[in-house]
Amino acid sequence: METIDARGLSCPEPVLRARRAMQRLAPGDEVAVLVDNATSRENVLRAARSLACDARVEPLEGGFRLIARRR
Amino acid sequence: MSAREGLTRFFASRGGIVLAGGLIGLAAALLQKLGNPANMGVCVACFTRDIAGALGLHRAAPVQYLRPEIPGFVLGALLAALLFREFRPRGGSAPVVRFVLGVFAMIGALAFLGCPWRALLRLAGGDLTALIGLAGLAAGIAGGVALLRSGYSLGRSQPTRAAAGLVLPGLALLVLFFALLKPGFILASAAGPGSLHAALGISLVAGLVVGLLAQRTRFCTMGAIRDLLMARDAHLLSGVAALVAVAFAVNLALGRVNVGFAAMPIAHSQVLWNFLGMALAGLAFAMAGGCPGRQLFLCGEGDGDAGVFVLGMLGGAAAAHNFGLAASPDRIDEAGALVVGGVGANGQAAVVFGLLACVAIGFAMRERWK
Repeated sequence: METIDARGLSCPEPVLRARRAMQRLAPGDEVAVLVDNATSRENVLRAARSLACDARVEPLEGGFRLIARRR
Repeated sequence: MSAREGLTRFFASRGGIVLAGGLIGLAAALLQKLGNPANMGVCVACFTRDIAGALGLHRAAPVQYLRPEIPGFVLGALLAALLFREFRPRGGSAPVVRFVLGVFAMIGALAFLGCPWRALLRLAGGDLTALIGLAGLAAGIAGGVALLRSGYSLGRSQPTRAAAGLVLPGLALLVLFFALLKPGFILASAAGPGSLHAALGISLVAGLVVGLLAQRTRFCTMGAIRDLLMARDAHLLSGVAALVAVAFAVNLALGRVNVGFAAMPIAHSQVLWNFLGMALAGLAFAMAGGCPGRQLFLCGEGDGDAGVFVLGMLGGAAAAHNFGLAASPDRIDEAGALVVGGVGANGQAAVVFGLLACVAIGFAMRERWK
């Protein structure tokens, strides 16, 4: 599974990078996105919804790991 | 789910952002009624410029006042960030570049005579020149989106100590302290927009409430247009629409809608410079990741990079008035004739130079990523 480390990047770079990775996913594939703030978490979750991905959030030291799976 | 999580979920929803935008529109329209300048209930660029004037960073006598709304935004956002455990001191992402972007953002905004919030409030008051400004804003943001897509990045910030994140909120407190005590070195306009203001307590409470809500909902006017262009995402835009709708409705109810193009309150009708001024501001906001309001809210979250942008805006305000770059508004002379205001030669040169400088920064700050 590919991991996009977007920690420390300012808006909108995390969601831009996450969108590119999610758009490349084949159905059933997953990508992990690491973010360090709640705004990016919300933005990436919204992007996942709009790109037909199911996303789950796991806590991570100093942030969150979001895992998006293409439906 | 705890109450805090429930609230967080609501604020992240469409309803949350519409509530925040609507409340900003309501607060701004009421502040206009209660003494703030016409179609300027809240303007982050103008108010930061007024603070720069009150501190003596520029000597334009009509625009000097310590606007409590601005420190209110920072401290309201700080309160929200602390309550919801989102205070995250950080910094170190190309601070000098952010300072320069703040300078040019302010120079562009003062060529239009307002930040994006004021463009929306001008529209809600019937000022049709705001449409030109908003078109320029969208064009500038589109340029920023193109740069972002080609790999433009200011790089990563680093976590830092709490004290570093508290410097900007500390400065906001100091501004409030000066506003309350009015020491002799603080300047205040006797006439002009700087002399028009609501009572200090009202302005401060409005600022705190807006700061709190905007931190929770991530309200951002630049982001609204950027997300629409970049990802067809209208989430933030629904907050912007709510701002305009509520401000317009309240203005209408108070009889403060005056539809026109020339001689609108504290505005000029030079089409080209309204457009280019806001295009410069929009490009700089997009490259710095937030409209001026959002930068203040980020300061409250401990974001030192946003703080550097805000300091850049203060510097830009000083430059704009010390070097004669800011626009002058349209006016009606004694004979009743319209005198079209606008941007002078210095200001025109500064806007063009700013656009070129921002594009150069944009190309120079690209990194390659997958």
